[in-house]
Amino acid sequence: MAHQKFNIIKSTCIPIQIDNCNTDLIIPARYLASTSRDPKFFGDAFMRDLRFNAKGEPIADFVLNQPAFCEAPHKGCHEIIVGGQNWGSGSSREHAAWAISGYGVRVVISSSFADIHRNNLLNCFVLPVIVSEAFQQELFASIAKDANTVVTVDLPNQTVTNEATGHCEKFDINGYKKYCLMNGYDDIDYLLSQTGKIEAFENKK
Amino acid sequence: MGKTLFDKIWDAHVVQKVEDGPTQLYIDRLYAHEVTSPQAFDTLRDKGIKVFRPEHVIAMPDHNTPSDQQEVINDPIGRNQVETLAKNCAEFGIKHFCMGSKDNGIIHVVGPEKALSLPGMTIVCGDSHTSTHGAVGAIAMGIGTSEVAQVLASECILQSKPKTMRINVEGTLQPGVVAKDVALYIMAQMTTAGATGYAVEYAGSTIRNMSMEGRLTLSNLSIEMGSRAGLIAPDETTFAYLKGREYAPKGEDWDKAVATWRQLKSDDDAVFDKEVTFRAEDIKPRITYGTNPGAGIAIDECIPTLDGMNEAEQKQFLAQLDYMQFQPGEKLEGHPIDYCFLGACTNGRIEDFRAFASIVKGKKKNPNVVAWLVPGSWLVRQQIIDEGIDKVLEEAGFELRLPSCSACLAMNPDKVPAGKLAISTSNRNFVGRQGPGARTILASPLVVAASAITGVVTDPRKI
Repeated sequence: MAHQKFNIIKSTCIPIQIDNCNTDLIIPARYLASTSRDPKFFGDAFMRDLRFNAKGEPIADFVLNQPAFCEAPHKGCHEIIVGGQNWGSGSSREHAAWAISGYGVRVVISSSFADIHRNNLLNCFVLPVIVSEAFQQELFASIAKDANTVVTVDLPNQTVTNEATGHCEKFDINGYKKYCLMNGYDDIDYLLSQTGKIEAFENKK
Repeated sequence: MGKTLFDKIWDAHVVQKVEDGPTQLYIDRLYAHEVTSPQAFDTLRDKGIKVFRPEHVIAMPDHNTPSDQQEVINDPIGRNQVETLAKNCAEFGIKHFCMGSKDNGIIHVVGPEKALSLPGMTIVCGDSHTSTHGAVGAIAMGIGTSEVAQVLASECILQSKPKTMRINVEGTLQPGVVAKDVALYIMAQMTTAGATGYAVEYAGSTIRNMSMEGRLTLSNLSIEMGSRAGLIAPDETTFAYLKGREYAPKGEDWDKAVATWRQLKSDDDAVFDKEVTFRAEDIKPRITYGTNPGAGIAIDECIPTLDGMNEAEQKQFLAQLDYMQFQPGEKLEGHPIDYCFLGACTNGRIEDFRAFASIVKGKKKNPNVVAWLVPGSWLVRQQIIDEGIDKVLEEAGFELRLPSCSACLAMNPDKVPAGKLAISTSNRNFVGRQGPGARTILASPLVVAASAITGVVTDPRKI
């Protein structure tokens, strides 16, 4: 899949205030039988059973169906999810990251992520940003007060700013992965360039 | 300072540390199933590359396979996914255990029972319950599809090294308490994110005295507290389990292997980033009441009340109970159930069927309960028949089905209908996990068996 290079994202947010939001919720298992790589297919399945009832009708009080948050993500609008703690727990299905990316989201902010899902997001060029619980809660409060609250995620400087309050935090990402995201490079291309070292390791084993 | 078991295996597989980045880790075994591999094979085709070490890869379909018959998959999408795996394996030269063959089953049951998973290995699969294989003394981790492609292409993944945690369980388990109860107890104490960022080693006398099947159950559930891996130092129990199995080393090679494997244990002076100890006598048969595996109680306890919870905690707790149609403070023992499920990579092994049969022998299944008894592999199914367990089950009104992931995850015909309550030996009670709107109580094979007889949630010690 083609990767969008990453730099600074300045956008309004979608608040999904669910702790332990598992990947079964992010994309139900019945969408996993597809062999497709179509972003739209997975984007349409994003949070499907929280968004729609069994008849396919929108569930009005779910955040993605509320007037303030239902607009599909595009530049500057809803490109950031603010999630509850332990975001992406459970199944390793990368389809969850495809659903988030396919829906149009480029950043997920939370106080903690499940390990496998966090890796999957990075491999799909969606940036997981870990913030303090205080920052996360303040962000939820800012969005509750004003749905147009803008957050700036600055990857080069590794900062995230709640523009409503001006509060800013540094976030961690290793230098290698930051380089990959900013330049659209894949882990697989890196590994393919290391074949000599892999064969040397095998010979030593 | 000494090394932990995890450190020893990890360090032996480091190809290099990427500058200011993750570790490039060599992988000994990749398991592939139909759900998380098709897009990875597409990536290889896009790049025009071959599988780097096809002999390290073993593939089999398990998620979409039906458990009532395996002549045909009626759902065209599921059928296509299973056929795609077969085609990909043929094209890339990968060993494939096809649906219905005697080699097929759930990957996490088949791998250890064929000795394809061995002590000291690094093992990955696009499946979070890959942690299961760690029970043989290996580093086994669930990965995403991008990483499946990376391993296919290079036999390596890029991962940062997790912190290490040792969970000790000491003492003798009470009658009626099995590995699943130990796991559910640990999940409840640790919470669903309590081991995020860690690799967990299980140790202590309770674990040492646990059968291999029990250890596999315990390691299987490691991911349910967020752990990247769960492992157990190999010992005589491990060697006895593996010896003579299809892909185990033979003859002199076996002796050499065992000599090496004996070194695979944490040094006495190894320091873990975190260490926790539980007492076996504190553990009773367990059930879950909520929508994550950590939301559990002893079977004779009541669901917690709102006491001591802040507003946000109350809201999330009540949302779980609302879905489950339970009340705060309610006792679940005696609560009617609609479905029971024995199987999955958690409890689909021979010991689980023996345990289930020990409860239902000479009794009759409650007519109000739909029961799915699904062996984890064709080998397990054969052993059930060889031991005459199928007859015991049949006489008690149960039907033995065909190997599959079955009702664990609603990707094949075995789905629990909306609103119905299932008591299951599987690993997840998430919202919609066993089917949209389905409600799940997780429990051991003994609790599920006792409940299938009475039609209500039942303590196996009281039947």
